Amino acid sequence: MRLRLLPTTLIGLLILAGCSEGVLSPQGPVASAERQILFNSLGIMLAIVIPTILATLGVAFWFRSSNGRARYRPDFEYSGRLELLVWSIPAMTVLLVGGVAWVGAHDLDPRKPIASATDPVRVQVVSLDWKWLFIYPDQGIASVNRLTIPVGTPVSFELTSSGVMNSFFVPQLGSQIYTMAGMVTRLHLQADHAGRYRGLSAQYSGEGFADMQFAVDAVPAAAFSQWVSATHDAGPMLDAHAYADLAKPSEAIAPFTYGDVAPGLFSHVQSTAVQPNDPARLTDLASKRTDK
Amino acid sequence: MNLLGKLDWSAIPFDQPIIMGAGAFMVLAIVGILSWVTLKGYVPYLWREWITSVDHKRIGVMYFLLALVMLLRGFSDAIMMRAQQAVAAGGAQGYLPPEHFDQVFSAHGTIMIFFVAMPFVIGLMNFVLPLQLGVRDVAFPTLNSVSFWLTASGVLLINISLVVGEFAKTGWIAYPPLSELQFSPGVGVDYYLWSLQISGVGTLLTGINFVTTILKLRAPGMGYMRMPVFCWTSLAANLLIVAAFPVLTATLGMLLLDRYLGFHFFTVDGQGNAMMYVNLFWVWGHPEVYILILPPFGIFSEVVATFSGKPLFGYRSMVAATMAICVLSFLVWLHHFFTMGASADVNGFFGVMTMIIAVPTGVKVFNWLFTMYGGRVRFEVPILWSIGFMVTFVIGGMSGVLMAVPPADFQLHNSLFLVAHFHNVIIGGVIFGVMAGYNYWFPKAFGFKLDERWGRASFWCWLIGFYVAFMPLYVLGLMGMTRRMQHYDNVAWQPWLVVAAIGTAIILVGIVCQIVQLVVSIRDRDRLRVTGDPWNGRTLEWSTASPPPAWNFAVLPQVAERDSFWVAKHRAGARQAQPEPARQYEPIEVPKNSPVGVVNAFFAVVIGFALIWHIWWMAGLGLIGTFLAILVFAFRDGDETEVPAEQVAEFDRLHEARVAI
Repeated sequence: MRLRLLPTTLIGLLILAGCSEGVLSPQGPVASAERQILFNSLGIMLAIVIPTILATLGVAFWFRSSNGRARYRPDFEYSGRLELLVWSIPAMTVLLVGGVAWVGAHDLDPRKPIASATDPVRVQVVSLDWKWLFIYPDQGIASVNRLTIPVGTPVSFELTSSGVMNSFFVPQLGSQIYTMAGMVTRLHLQADHAGRYRGLSAQYSGEGFADMQFAVDAVPAAAFSQWVSATHDAGPMLDAHAYADLAKPSEAIAPFTYGDVAPGLFSHVQSTAVQPNDPARLTDLASKRTDK
Repeated sequence: MNLLGKLDWSAIPFDQPIIMGAGAFMVLAIVGILSWVTLKGYVPYLWREWITSVDHKRIGVMYFLLALVMLLRGFSDAIMMRAQQAVAAGGAQGYLPPEHFDQVFSAHGTIMIFFVAMPFVIGLMNFVLPLQLGVRDVAFPTLNSVSFWLTASGVLLINISLVVGEFAKTGWIAYPPLSELQFSPGVGVDYYLWSLQISGVGTLLTGINFVTTILKLRAPGMGYMRMPVFCWTSLAANLLIVAAFPVLTATLGMLLLDRYLGFHFFTVDGQGNAMMYVNLFWVWGHPEVYILILPPFGIFSEVVATFSGKPLFGYRSMVAATMAICVLSFLVWLHHFFTMGASADVNGFFGVMTMIIAVPTGVKVFNWLFTMYGGRVRFEVPILWSIGFMVTFVIGGMSGVLMAVPPADFQLHNSLFLVAHFHNVIIGGVIFGVMAGYNYWFPKAFGFKLDERWGRASFWCWLIGFYVAFMPLYVLGLMGMTRRMQHYDNVAWQPWLVVAAIGTAIILVGIVCQIVQLVVSIRDRDRLRVTGDPWNGRTLEWSTASPPPAWNFAVLPQVAERDSFWVAKHRAGARQAQPEPARQYEPIEVPKNSPVGVVNAFFAVVIGFALIWHIWWMAGLGLIGTFLAILVFAFRDGDETEVPAEQVAEFDRLHEARVAI
């Protein structure tokens, strides 16, 4: 009984700790499934780890040299049965957790679309020095440092970077994924409840890294369309020129939006990142970085 | 054309009081020690007996000392980081600006892995291996000295970066494109690269040296399956060094070509591919983890067996598990970046492989458990560290396997959960192991024990401090806090970070206790004086005097079984006072001292410093210097001196009483 109580308390404590916006208070199907996997693996392992720790302490204490009642067996150095046991206990544990890992890796593959009756919203993400750009190609709008998504609708992300690596991460919605210049990674997430969630870069990217945060607004579908049309009516246009401006290093930018986006901007971003060496551009960027 | 390349007065950060203070302290300490040594007239002694020594025991001690000093440096960085994160909540920026904070965590990681953990482990292997194998030295004694001094060169360069210029602001893994010239134009990354390249060569030479020693030099009769387990785990670790360190050298070499000659291996433009660096780095990086942890596994095996008064349980299992880990460690590197977007099959494969490596590790834990079972466990300081390790490491292993589940890693990658995990295994595994080994073999090295009371105090502070400092980080990781944040706005994290900072303070007390332990023990050395075999040991190193003579063994031991010294003691006990047959002494050849290591290291520092600051003429001079030093060494007259048989006999007679079985 005591043995079962301990993991329960542990997990309870962890949930308590996770209540405030962590990965243990999931708000979407991906994060929920990942939390389940976390608990399952933890449970399987605690079942073996806790007895091992207790046995270690117990054996060491009982066989202390001052204990006359403990039998001294100086020749006990091999037992075939124990050896079998010793190899099979971790092997069985790993078999179980390995199964969880293999199945989980496939079920929760970031590239795998989320099954849903609703059509997904497409968002193209660019990590810049040091802010996030979210382009909505189907709506023709874009937003910086704030991601607005409809509740209950899968969101299909394509992600890249303007330069250094970052990792796009919204802990309460689930998986993170790297953003890398010249490459596109894919991710599918969904929010089940309306609310504002914390988003961040989980891969250190230089001086402004600590401020590379964004807010995720999960709003009802109607409010989302409202937001889309309101955004359309206001704000500058994001074209190659405006993008070049935005790409200059800056920190802690307050969220703002673009009312229009030049078509094909995302693939433009991807290709400019890998353009052949232009010394002028390089020194320019480098000096900006040193100036900061 | 500037004679000093990029170097000028602006390289010294006069406007940074913290850096200048630390730098001034460092310079004062060095100048102070040097002048004290000179005034006392110790220089010739140090030069003759230590600096040019090629004796594996002396080199081992110097490695250990180097690591201890760097532990203080790396730990100061840790205190600064914990203090910064404990205060920089909400709108606060703390006391460290980003450009300084970023250097601090990069230096902390680099120093702790390369210049604390590595020299600790290599130092212990240096001291113990030849003694346990029952031989007189390593295979290439002078090369050993070269290796040590190259490591010291790397240490010197990284410490120079504190005062002249800056250190990398890229994290200790220095991922491009961030570490490329485009995003890190300063000299910080160059300091990182050259100090690792130089010390990396030293490490590789050590690996070759030890593999050769274990494979080719063993006491007569010591077959592979009669070697102590520490020799096995060291063999595995050194095989890993030989296989993995060239990968690191090549990878950092490519980054150097990018930065110095405009290559495009990992750049954003010119079709460079930063993913390749990340893969290659961890192809070295994961085996590196096992290079660090395998020798401590061996230490625990020796300590648990000795202090339980029993042979190690399941010796063959231990050997099999060690070699399994050695091979498997090359098949798991991708688990460091499941979030890169590889396919589910790839992620799944590496996840499962990572867990499989946990099987032999689990076997080891159970074997130590069964070694204590049926024993008479004497709770001296070394076994305290060992039991502390067994409990702590199991928790760290569990959090590791947890993160080997790809979907769990998608949530925990780069979070403080990860930081907690690897400190859990590196402190709880490597550092605890090193401390166990330090307390265990210190009497062998110096002829007196370390003070037990201070040793216990140090252990409890480390153990408690570790849990207080790192358990909150697990929680913070689950709360979504990522690593390397100079400040954060979520005030809910702050209380946990304050607790972690308190934990760091407790560990600091532990380190202070260790220093006091050393000082007190030296003061009371006459009270703590021991014979050759203070712990009732099992392996050959305990069969010779403490400290051992330069030739280790007057007569090479004959080995007929495992734990041969233990068996011999029991046999002698059974035979009672039967006199041993008189020993036949012969003259012994010992290698001559050589300054080639330290001279070479001097030029290596010159080359490194010159390349970092683009002072090409100086780099050229350094290269010529190295070449000449090696040339002179190659044309030396003789490399061995003979110790006459009478001297060996005399030493043996004086110490016989102490080593009597």
